[in-house]
Amino acid sequence: MSANNRKPPVLEFDDVCFAYEREEVLHNVDFKVEKGDLVAVVGPNGGGKSTLIRLALGLLQPLRGTVRAFGEAPAASRRLVGYAPQHLQFDPAFPVTALDVVLMGRVERRAFGPYRREDKKAANEALARVRLEQLGDRAFSSLSGGERQRVLIAQALVSAPELLLLDEPTANVDSAVEHEIYELLHELNANVTIVLVSHNLNVVTRHASHVACVNRTASVMPVSQMTDDHLHSIYRGDIAVLQHNDTCHVIDPTSAMQTPHRHDTASPGGQA
Amino acid sequence: MSLFWSHLFQYSFLQYAVLAGLLASVACGIVGSFVVVRRNTYVAGAIAHCVLGGMGAARYLQRVHGQEWATPLLGATVAAVVAALLIAAVTLSGRQREDTVLSAIWAIGMALGVSFITATPGYQEDLMSYLFGNILMVSKANLWHMAALDLVVLAATLLFYNKFLVMSFQPELARLRGLRVGFYHTLLLLLTSLTVVLLTQVVGLVMVIALLTLPAATASQFSSRLWKMMIAASLLCLLFTTGGLALSYAPELPAGATVIELAGAGYLLSLGLKFMLNRFRGSRHR
Repeated sequence: MSANNRKPPVLEFDDVCFAYEREEVLHNVDFKVEKGDLVAVVGPNGGGKSTLIRLALGLLQPLRGTVRAFGEAPAASRRLVGYAPQHLQFDPAFPVTALDVVLMGRVERRAFGPYRREDKKAANEALARVRLEQLGDRAFSSLSGGERQRVLIAQALVSAPELLLLDEPTANVDSAVEHEIYELLHELNANVTIVLVSHNLNVVTRHASHVACVNRTASVMPVSQMTDDHLHSIYRGDIAVLQHNDTCHVIDPTSAMQTPHRHDTASPGGQA
Repeated sequence: MSLFWSHLFQYSFLQYAVLAGLLASVACGIVGSFVVVRRNTYVAGAIAHCVLGGMGAARYLQRVHGQEWATPLLGATVAAVVAALLIAAVTLSGRQREDTVLSAIWAIGMALGVSFITATPGYQEDLMSYLFGNILMVSKANLWHMAALDLVVLAATLLFYNKFLVMSFQPELARLRGLRVGFYHTLLLLLTSLTVVLLTQVVGLVMVIALLTLPAATASQFSSRLWKMMIAASLLCLLFTTGGLALSYAPELPAGATVIELAGAGYLLSLGLKFMLNRFRGSRHR
């Protein structure tokens, strides 16, 4: 990744190992994310993608090695970090509006009492950035999956972060909405460094600047340098990468059945 | 019903009963909403049942050792606070199976209560009123005690509503934004336990969970925000307690049971209404 000697990297894993029980989930993970990168974290289920995000947030502590965000321990630099979890993990019946959910991203700013006018202004601006300014008063439960996910991205943006961490922002949304969300992230990337977990290599390689392949260990490379060998070694399966110029086409027979038809945009209803 | 209304203006015990229902409704709507959206009914159940230990111990101190200050309501409050702190410690440490610990608190509290009440001469009938409530026996002192508990619940909710909302909807975010998660978690449990004590005055400890959850669950069908749900749940709770009292008075039915039956009917009605509303909307869109 690009060299920048004056400031510490936005995110840095230095030979990190992690285990929930005895067996290591991540082993010798070593990479840097620099300002302005859009890093897509890919890899098989159970390979440690979400664990990596939780380590970056300081919700988990590494067994060995160090994790640093903006040169500090992740827990110390959290105010510079926004995190959007999957919309699927929320109780759909919970009585909150979209604006309520976005405001939660500023919950620590007042010791007690209600939100102030500037909090509401920031929340409305964050909703506008994800193009949901009309839906602030709608119940979170009445929104579609893609809209809920964008509300959660707005929640992460409302604290004006410099690093945005997203755990599968396109889980359970159809391919048209998936495309919309990636367009949005691409736009946001002009001001914010982004690290996101994804299942869909096809879409990721079109928008990301770097891909981090995570399967027990991690290797990060610019999208433009991806080769057959890399993905092969990570997936251990039949994955192949076709490369020409700056574009990578990743072919994965085991998940081919689930990925959308790349050249068949006329069927937006297909599940990604 | 008419007998109820004419007696209401004559007898102070009936006025106290209605007031007790009103005071209980405030905390019931607020804390009941938290319990419902946090899916914490089992916690409320454990606290409710272990309260019997405190009531029994207090009665025993009063009758056998002449400690008049040890009222059952005070005993219940102490037991509920201890239970809440125990549950907070267990859930925050995350080392024990939560439901096992809750069951233990539930059963041990009840066992202690039964033992104390049996050891207290001449007051076995207390047991029934603790278990199933006797709102017509509420005293003036009880009302003041209930008002004080209400004040605590109201003040804490007004101060920390936003924090409680995040703790309930997205506890992980609370941690990431640097909130004192342990403090708010414990505070919510303490509010739950105080409310449980309040409600035992109305319906007794066996039926507390129903009164805590049914008005809130009914309100949640039609509320888009938590604070609206709280207000609606409080009003519903007031309707159910006053209505239950009025309906049960003339035929001399147990008031607590009638309150719960009314609350149950209201909940079922709301489910039916919601179902029909969704069907109606669905057919319009087609």
